[in-house]
Amino acid sequence: MTSTMGDRLVDYDELLTRYEPVIGLETHVELGTASKMFCGCATTFGAEPNTQTCPVCLGMPGSLPVANAAAIEATIRIGLALGCRIASWSRFARKNYFYPDIPKGFQTSQYDEPLCTAGHLDVEVDGETYRVEIERVHLEEDTGKNLHVGGATGRIHGADHSLIDFNRAGIPLVEIVTRPVPGAGAKAPEVARAYVTELREIVQALGASDVRMEQGSLRCDVNISLNPVGALEWGTRTETKNVNSLRSVERAVRFEMRRQAAVLDDGGRVVQETRHFHEDTGSTSSGRSKEEATDYRYFPEPDLVPLAPDADWIESLRASLPELPAARRARLQQEWGISATEMTWLANAGALGLVEETVAAGAAPGDARKWWLGDLARRANDAGVELAELAVTPTQVAELVGLVNDGTINDGLARQVLDRVLAGEGDPAAVVEAQGLAVMGESDELVAAVEAAIAGAPDVIAKVKAGKVQALGALVGAVMKTTRGKADAPTVKRMLEERVLGS
Amino acid sequence: MGFPGSMSSISREDVEHLARLARLAVTDDELDRFAGQLDQVLSAVARVGEAAVADVPPMSHAVPLTNVLRADVVTPSLPRDVVLAGAPAAEDDRIRVPRILGDAE
Repeated sequence: MTSTMGDRLVDYDELLTRYEPVIGLETHVELGTASKMFCGCATTFGAEPNTQTCPVCLGMPGSLPVANAAAIEATIRIGLALGCRIASWSRFARKNYFYPDIPKGFQTSQYDEPLCTAGHLDVEVDGETYRVEIERVHLEEDTGKNLHVGGATGRIHGADHSLIDFNRAGIPLVEIVTRPVPGAGAKAPEVARAYVTELREIVQALGASDVRMEQGSLRCDVNISLNPVGALEWGTRTETKNVNSLRSVERAVRFEMRRQAAVLDDGGRVVQETRHFHEDTGSTSSGRSKEEATDYRYFPEPDLVPLAPDADWIESLRASLPELPAARRARLQQEWGISATEMTWLANAGALGLVEETVAAGAAPGDARKWWLGDLARRANDAGVELAELAVTPTQVAELVGLVNDGTINDGLARQVLDRVLAGEGDPAAVVEAQGLAVMGESDELVAAVEAAIAGAPDVIAKVKAGKVQALGALVGAVMKTTRGKADAPTVKRMLEERVLGS
Repeated sequence: MGFPGSMSSISREDVEHLARLARLAVTDDELDRFAGQLDQVLSAVARVGEAAVADVPPMSHAVPLTNVLRADVVTPSLPRDVVLAGAPAAEDDRIRVPRILGDAE
């Protein structure tokens, strides 16, 4: 069908003079329950293939599903966090289609009676708030995982055959569908990304899922259409799948806008189709062509009785909601007295919780931010890990800050201490003690180091005496080196001046 | 109710469509025969509609139960060799299936 690579693209700024985008997002979240949606099989990620299956999730005749209470509650809590109306009557439905990764010949999903409807999520982009309306939040089951053999790099096209692992089949999957979002204009890619980012934070705050896009526990389909500026009707949309990172959400929207603009400019029609996003090129290509409109023949799942959450149940779930990310950010920003921009940096660095815990452990907010966004962020970046994955706790960072503030160590020594803490040598105070890393007082050792530096550099001394006082800096450096950074630089400078200039 | 699927008569094209969805190879003769037979089956079932009166709510389940749930507790899964033994073919501890997509992209 449509060509994969080499699509003509219109310049982004130029297309905005002629077209307006409408975006929509369908996000799938794999819930972090211990067991599957309709059976007791474990949900452990990365388990040996086909070791977490049973007659229910394999679709054996005669097996009967029973819904997981924790999954129902997690779905309702997500709905409540998004301001949704929670249905008082909700049924599962069979979505019938054949595909090897779906063992029953249908996916147990929800059709016209989802658990949650009519919510919204406000996201902020460049200081402006965009309201994304939520159409529905429903619960379904995940599919198995296909491994394609014999084609190019595991792709389904050209594969000789496929291998199926059913461990994932039946894991509870929540689908969150937005209403179409018009009016974002040039900011559409950023709004899409901000929405997924915020949704991810909410689900994480609820403890409903680990929302790891790279492991597929949060997956995103992006709908995009363009219409001529001022047109009353929206254009034909495409649905881009396989968008597996926050950055890709933004790139996929941008690419589709540029591609569709070229199609429309050339007098063509955008084909309503599924497209696949390619991480390496940042482009999309046409997915399987549909010879006919999908016909899923939904009908109410006879093996599962309806859900009828009563008001007490819903209210107890509402009462269990944690402080939501937006409210928490607003509170911390005020408590710490920082700007919205600084807050965004902290949030984007994944440092919010860490800084909050470091402050709770006794550090001043400014000091806590300095270490997490500075040295620690650099080390995490070098190691290619998240901040939270570093082998240092907020309590340890607070202790380090305390040691700097009471003069036990200086910033340079603190970095050495941090290295050893990260290497698993213990808490900062213990490392200082064990390694003798405390700042040196005016000890005999320091006096000896200062005098050795003076004796070893007669040329420098001559320059200083001739009036080039700044030349002393080299001697400060030499003393810091012989004391392995343990000396206090201002003290060393004063001691040198006393001895060389006699003041 | 909102679920699609009406009780009207069934055409030859309907049977063809359903056969494709069900991955059944149905001959031309069978299309005609099944259309007639399915039409009779549907007509028989449609008589239920005659009994449906305004004070009888539509029903999808025979038992008046709601919220039948299980606690989120892990129970033992099947041994893998048992699972794979039930499949026509297996490879690398996975169930092996024929090529999914045809040649035409």
